Amino acid sequence: MNKTTLIIKREYLTRVRKKSFIILTLLTPLFMAAFVVIPALIMTSGTKEVRRIAVVEQGGELFRGVLHSTEYLKFDYLENVPLDSLKRNFDRMGYYGVLVLTPQVSYVPSAAILFSRKQPPLEVVNYIETSLEKEIEKRKLLSYHIRDLDKILKQVETNIRLQTIQVSETGEEKQTSTTVAMAIAYVGGLLIYMLTFMFGAMVMRGVIEEKTNRIVEVLVSSVKPVQLMMGKIIGIALVGLTQFFLWIVLTLVIVAGVTQMLGGGDQGQQTTPAPRSLFSGQVTPPDAAGGSDALDLGDLMAGNAVFEAIASVNWPLILGAFFLYFLGGYLLYASLFAAIGAAVDNETDTQQFMMPVTIPLLIALFIAMGAFQNPDSGIAFWGSIIPFTAPVVMMARLPYGVPAWQLFLSVGLLYLTFLGMVWVAARIYRTGILMYGKKVSWKELWRWLRYRNY
Amino acid sequence: MDLLQAREIVKRYAGHTALDRVTVTVPENSIYGLLGPNGAGKTTLIRIINRITAPDEGELLFGGRPMQGDDIHSIGYLPEERGLYKKMKVGEQALYLAQLKGLSRHEALRRLKRWFEKFGITSWWNKKVEELSKGMQQKVQFIVTVIHRPRLLIFDEPFTGFDPINTRMLKKEILALRDEGATIIFSTHDMGSVEELCDHITLIDRGHTLLEGPIDQIRARYASNEYEVRFEGQVNLLTATLNSRFSIIKHTQEGNTSLVRIRIHDRGTSNDALRMLLDAGKILSFNKITPGMNEIFIRVVEEATGKDAEKENTTITSDRS
Repeated sequence: MNKTTLIIKREYLTRVRKKSFIILTLLTPLFMAAFVVIPALIMTSGTKEVRRIAVVEQGGELFRGVLHSTEYLKFDYLENVPLDSLKRNFDRMGYYGVLVLTPQVSYVPSAAILFSRKQPPLEVVNYIETSLEKEIEKRKLLSYHIRDLDKILKQVETNIRLQTIQVSETGEEKQTSTTVAMAIAYVGGLLIYMLTFMFGAMVMRGVIEEKTNRIVEVLVSSVKPVQLMMGKIIGIALVGLTQFFLWIVLTLVIVAGVTQMLGGGDQGQQTTPAPRSLFSGQVTPPDAAGGSDALDLGDLMAGNAVFEAIASVNWPLILGAFFLYFLGGYLLYASLFAAIGAAVDNETDTQQFMMPVTIPLLIALFIAMGAFQNPDSGIAFWGSIIPFTAPVVMMARLPYGVPAWQLFLSVGLLYLTFLGMVWVAARIYRTGILMYGKKVSWKELWRWLRYRNY
Repeated sequence: MDLLQAREIVKRYAGHTALDRVTVTVPENSIYGLLGPNGAGKTTLIRIINRITAPDEGELLFGGRPMQGDDIHSIGYLPEERGLYKKMKVGEQALYLAQLKGLSRHEALRRLKRWFEKFGITSWWNKKVEELSKGMQQKVQFIVTVIHRPRLLIFDEPFTGFDPINTRMLKKEILALRDEGATIIFSTHDMGSVEELCDHITLIDRGHTLLEGPIDQIRARYASNEYEVRFEGQVNLLTATLNSRFSIIKHTQEGNTSLVRIRIHDRGTSNDALRMLLDAGKILSFNKITPGMNEIFIRVVEEATGKDAEKENTTITSDRS
């Protein structure tokens, strides 16, 4: 077997078999799945509990029958009940709370009071507020005695949801969603930043370990230092890809499993409320006002638009680019990390050389943050072309659409720079790994580049 | 035939010359001692022979032709600073290192098994390296160094960390490897083992060769015309008969027996000395003193240091004038 392959195999297997790797690989998807599943769980479980609310009106009967019961929220209009004893005993009577209304509600916003033992959830408050507002608005309008008010209202009712469509020069249209693009940009950029650091540092620690162990002395007599370095870098790259692949697969499996478990028989009931409240941002009473039908439709369309937008994202391009940029960025930085590891005796000495590695990555992250807002600004453009920042910045720009030539230029430059960096790193590496007990300066590193070697 | 020849090797690092035209000729099937004080350039020379670093000048011949990249497969190197992956299992690691030397997995397994049995360490196969003592690790390292049966073996301080029993075993193995046809370069500070094992030596100091040749010749060259005499009788008697051709360097007396070291000056011979001694008492033994490698080492290095210091002084003086 080829020696580099042997080294890659060892680097890969020893890491993949480590307990820490297995634990991290299994736990991370659990966390990721929890991020997806728990909010959905809260949403569904929150609405499941049926809350009964006693409505008491003081000084009139203006709001009888105004608050409509929903599936999870029931209203009982009580008459002739002393409020004091009700406030003490409503929970024993099976009520979640007591809503006290006075005629002043029409012009004093704070005249409606909800008494409850616990802080009521936002959706309950929203529902009551919206229902009352709608009813009072309607009554106020009625007081003007306009004819055909319902018709007018229906005609007046407007609801705007801006459609964003990317159109290419050839006239091809594609529905998009800025929110989705931003989310993908954010996740992509951040992931590359984190993974590059995580696995780059892993390479550095591996090199330092070999150096302090002195096994490197044994190894370099049978393999070339450059083989040793590349074997380690590639082996760890495979570890990273394996881990990433497992993360995605396991997360999907867990999410799918949990959804299946909760979904059970009546999927319709479970899924419809979720997207509506997720994407429309408010709970609308089903038929509180005249325009409720139109609203519902709009909400549904908004939900669908997001799904459509997610589906319309060019996933092969995003995932392909993610793979290329993760690999390229990692390879570029990992060779730098390897050179640093070789130049020092232990991990505490790495500080002085870490700066030039951390700073470009941090700058990349800052540029990427700006690119979410303005993906075609000059700084975002240059950030996505310069190889040291390109992986993070380009991932942030990509969901918004990037011309092909920029993409090719950026990837090409990245991989060319990687080759150059390997050449430089290999020269530092082969001298450094056999050098002990010496605080290395920048000048020294420069000299190492020019030593004669095989 | 010479297996390895390093000719006029020069290696410069920033600020100093690690090797200054060093020539080493290692005859096939011999044990070659590479000696020198700390910082002499031994490790640099070994690294150049191993093709870990390249010389700035000079050439390397292996088996009579210029050395090539593939020749490292014919070399087994046990570095002074040696280590193993601590978290890896012994067997797995030995297998990995053996495969890196170019052995197939199957062949490596077969040979490792034999060596592990020979050293009685088969039970370690599945242990992690960090569970082994330093001496145990050294055994594994030794096996890995010789596993691919290289023509040339380079041992850099092989005995450090070994107890006397293991040292003896290792010496036996080294001699056995030589008898099987291997050539061995052996770098050490332990002059006892040099005398015991080496056929040839080179002594380098601060990048220069101070001494080179077969060990017997070198020791003969440094023989100082001194003899040790043990006889029954008094030293005083001997002093009385002594003439200008001899002098006593030191003497000790235990009961009736005297132990005297004498030096024979230019015009004297050992026979003259013996003749003279006959009158002093009953002679028990009469031996020529051959200096140990230890003495030669110290003497040669100190002389060289002295010369250098002198040279520096003259330079300073001439600068002033």
